Amino acid sequence: MSLILGILAQSGGAAVAASSYESISTVTVGGTAVSSISFTSIPATFTHLQIRGLINTSGATNPTYQFNSDTGSNYAGHHLWGTGTGAFANAQTPSTSTIYFNHNPSASFPSAFVMDILDYASTTKNKTTRILAGSDTNGGTAEIALWSGLWMISFAAISSVQLYGNGVNFTQYSSFALYGIKGA
Amino acid sequence: MAAGSTYTPIATTTLGSNQSSVTFNSFSGYTDLVLIFNGTITTGDDSWGVQFNSDTGSNYSSTALYGDGSSAGSNRTSSSTKASTSYSGTANSTTIINFQNYANSTTYKTALVRNNGGGFVSARVVLWRSTSAITSIVASPNTYQFATGSTFTLYGIAAA
Repeated sequence: MSLILGILAQSGGAAVAASSYESISTVTVGGTAVSSISFTSIPATFTHLQIRGLINTSGATNPTYQFNSDTGSNYAGHHLWGTGTGAFANAQTPSTSTIYFNHNPSASFPSAFVMDILDYASTTKNKTTRILAGSDTNGGTAEIALWSGLWMISFAAISSVQLYGNGVNFTQYSSFALYGIKGA
Repeated sequence: MAAGSTYTPIATTTLGSNQSSVTFNSFSGYTDLVLIFNGTITTGDDSWGVQFNSDTGSNYSSTALYGDGSSAGSNRTSSSTKASTSYSGTANSTTIINFQNYANSTTYKTALVRNNGGGFVSARVVLWRSTSAITSIVASPNTYQFATGSTFTLYGIAAA
């Protein structure tokens, strides 16, 4: 027996109340590829941020990110990933100037990511991120990964996020959407 | 400025009987979809996954990172007739599937999955080698059935 669900059977079970999750801004890359995109003037009115993306790149790359255009050696991170043939882990040692959030192994296949930026507006905590990201290429080089990130700079609130292709470009139809999640 | 509330529940069901598949076919107007499964499989441990737009061709693949309680590993499928998303059993399990930019008609479709079940914890990426917008999703176990009481909830996320 199979079950087909049409419109709209809201019977509870929602993990996130509709009023607590808001779209802030979206960037979709047009016909001209770009080396980076930015979200700026992020309002401090939410508790957490989430960036959801589907990326096309001009070549294999590990895209990176920064906060508030801080190019100092203030970032660190950890990386746990699978390639389809093995599981691995490594770290970006403290004091890197950018931090990875994804691996896109091929220009022919998109990669996806969901990045959570926790307590982004706090002025009393270092900022941490968690990321689920991956790209599958139908039997070729692939990666599914969990990333963590740390930004260590004087407890500054995050007001902008920069995402970089890291030596390659984000190509047409790449999309990045920023959302805010409210607290109680 | 924020453009408005989103992460909207589209459909929720709790299975009243064992089901060989569950279909979602009405979810236009969003940027991403999130499908949450919480439930069990009849009879025993089983892999399950999704097909899009009734495509039963060998157009799906996936890569998984998993832990089984004693070690970590990774495996993959290629040129499959279903996108493998999950491993579940007779004990309760959970799956969250993020369908990114599902309605675009220019790129292959990629989804990110977190799954706990059948003695494993895993993360997966799945690929559907089609540029068609996703208009229907069918979830089905490979061997057994989704068991009575299992719940599926589909959410839509609209970007600004």
